[in-house]
Amino acid sequence: MSKIVRRTFTAGAAASVLSLGLPAAAQQQTVKIGVIYPLSGNAASAGTHAKIAAELGADLINNGNPELAKLLPLAKGGGLPGLKGAKIELVIADNQGTPAAGQNQTLRLITQEKVAAVMGSYQSGITQTASAVAEKYGIPFLTPESTAADLTERGFKWFFRTTPIATNFAKAYSDFLKEQKAAGQKTDKIAIVYENTEYGKSTFTAIADLFAKEGHTVGLQVPYSANSTDVQPQVLQLKEKNPDVVIFISYTSDAILYAKTMKELNWKPAILMADDAGFNDAAFVKAMGSQVEGLISRSAFAPGKPGSIAAICDELYKKKSGGDGLDDGSARGLQGFLVLADAINRAGSTDPAKIREALVATDMGPEQMVAGYNGVKFDSKGQNTLGSSLIIQMRNGQYVPVWPKAKATAELILPYKGWPQ
Amino acid sequence: MGMTLVQVVVSGLLLGAVYSLFSSGLTLIWGMMNVVNFAHGDFVMLGMYTAVVVWTALGGGPWASVPVAAILIATLGIVSYFLLVRHIMRGPMLAQILGTFGLALFLRYGALWIFGANFKTLPDDLVGHSFIVGGIRFEGARVLAGLVGLAVTLLLHFILTRTSVGSRMLAVSEDAVAAQLMGIRPQRMQALAWGLAGAATGIAGALIATFFYTSPTVGETLSIVAFVTVALGGFGSVLGALVAGLLIGVIESLSAFLIGPVYKDVIVYTVFVLVLWFRPQGLMGKA
Repeated sequence: MSKIVRRTFTAGAAASVLSLGLPAAAQQQTVKIGVIYPLSGNAASAGTHAKIAAELGADLINNGNPELAKLLPLAKGGGLPGLKGAKIELVIADNQGTPAAGQNQTLRLITQEKVAAVMGSYQSGITQTASAVAEKYGIPFLTPESTAADLTERGFKWFFRTTPIATNFAKAYSDFLKEQKAAGQKTDKIAIVYENTEYGKSTFTAIADLFAKEGHTVGLQVPYSANSTDVQPQVLQLKEKNPDVVIFISYTSDAILYAKTMKELNWKPAILMADDAGFNDAAFVKAMGSQVEGLISRSAFAPGKPGSIAAICDELYKKKSGGDGLDDGSARGLQGFLVLADAINRAGSTDPAKIREALVATDMGPEQMVAGYNGVKFDSKGQNTLGSSLIIQMRNGQYVPVWPKAKATAELILPYKGWPQ
Repeated sequence: MGMTLVQVVVSGLLLGAVYSLFSSGLTLIWGMMNVVNFAHGDFVMLGMYTAVVVWTALGGGPWASVPVAAILIATLGIVSYFLLVRHIMRGPMLAQILGTFGLALFLRYGALWIFGANFKTLPDDLVGHSFIVGGIRFEGARVLAGLVGLAVTLLLHFILTRTSVGSRMLAVSEDAVAAQLMGIRPQRMQALAWGLAGAATGIAGALIATFFYTSPTVGETLSIVAFVTVALGGFGSVLGALVAGLLIGVIESLSAFLIGPVYKDVIVYTVFVLVLWFRPQGLMGKA
């Protein structure tokens, strides 16, 4: 066979592979990205939604979407242009909701699956152990959603975080409450109820520290062990002390129990706030949304106008998940994945050191965001400095942005209503 | 403070009644055949999903879902006995543990596959609203679960101690060969024990679903308490599980309220260890 004929043949084969989206031929390079989330255990619903977000991201890059391609260059399809059209292959792992499994599975992804980078792992306590393995092996680890402040304080070189963190939220809550106080709401007695793993403890500390500086009094703090079988004593404690504001820091199963038990024992504060997590999980919203009218939470995601990146991704996500739209967790997951993919693309290589350099050099503007961040740019600790969050409120079973005013689509309504009377 | 404390105790008693209800099937299997069923929590989980499916597909409340769950889980118990338990009972203790543990994982991940990871809840007015007696709130769904739990436990106790079927089951558990010589078919009795335990477990699941969330891993969350309840009450003693369940419920509630929710497990397990220290057979178990 002459050289020319052979070249035409390979080019033709490659073209047909690209256009049909068939599994890549053996000689075509793929980039393996490890995706580790809780797919079993009590956070499985949140983990599954995050996993679907990563799958949607890979799908956008490998197969493209014409509408989105106008806004997001990477969504043209045909793989990563920086790596000659290499497709992304996700290697999914289950952290089983325990720090030990998170550690073992990350080790497996790195040493056996030989992934170029890892993303995950939802629960801050698990991200902590999982990312320590990546650090040891010199593999970039990006967390799109774990918010415990300490994670970026460990002096790690290979750890990156796109989500804003607890101290940012604490500031938003404090400003929000100050504004409500100025408007005549009672905010004198504040209670914080938090689960006592890494996420809950560090978020509580961040909020309590900032509140003390800014003149809010946290009169009652209730730590509890996650995955409770019963939360009646906690709610009775709240009922007894009757604070004006309660802030919950909880995962999904406990969030459902708190919402149910508050109704059972017929108690509600004037302002009920939740720090995202369980209270934003699609499963919570579906199960309890109608029983927590007026609940305030935070979110990095607002669907936005039709035709925006967020709105298009929301539609695509609905198709992939079989109904659930993007929410705060999945939007941040997708955002994190796209940042990682963009860095690998710019690195033009699967070499971890080059990917790390590209991550360090990341500079994305607000126009490229799925989540409502002002962009992505990492500081020397690997923390995104452009993350931002809005305050959302539950209305008729759905969250809508209510604060700050510039991003609000609905008026804030207080006091908290809860269940239909 | 006084009134709230009474409310805490009442909540603890109702919680404890549910723990007893949850545990009665487990203790029955142990008492009858000396097998610890590690899949017990997952049997309850399937009872809970039965209630969810009966509600979403047919709009039926607990009056419909309790009998359906009782029959379904009883069948599951009997099938598990013939396909799995009967065989592993001939093996060493380790085989029994791993066998029922494997069954637990099979059921759990089967549920994850079929129902998905999402949490499901039933509407909380399915049983009736909460009511107030003397300033204390009672939640309809919990009261119903507590009362039925009490009734089921007492009924099981009655069957075991006062009926001829019960005597035959106890005979098989004491000495299967001797029982066989007396004309009792051990396998039939053991299958019956699994069926009875399954029915009690199904009822427990369908009732717990009315006020708890349902998810594939919920059995895991609840079953740690079930094992403590059974061990504290005395393995094999149905009445012991009842007393132990109530005790644990009240200790949990009081310590969570007075000392703090993170310490409640420490206190429950301290009591547990102390009781076993002085009475290794449990509160009402035979020495």
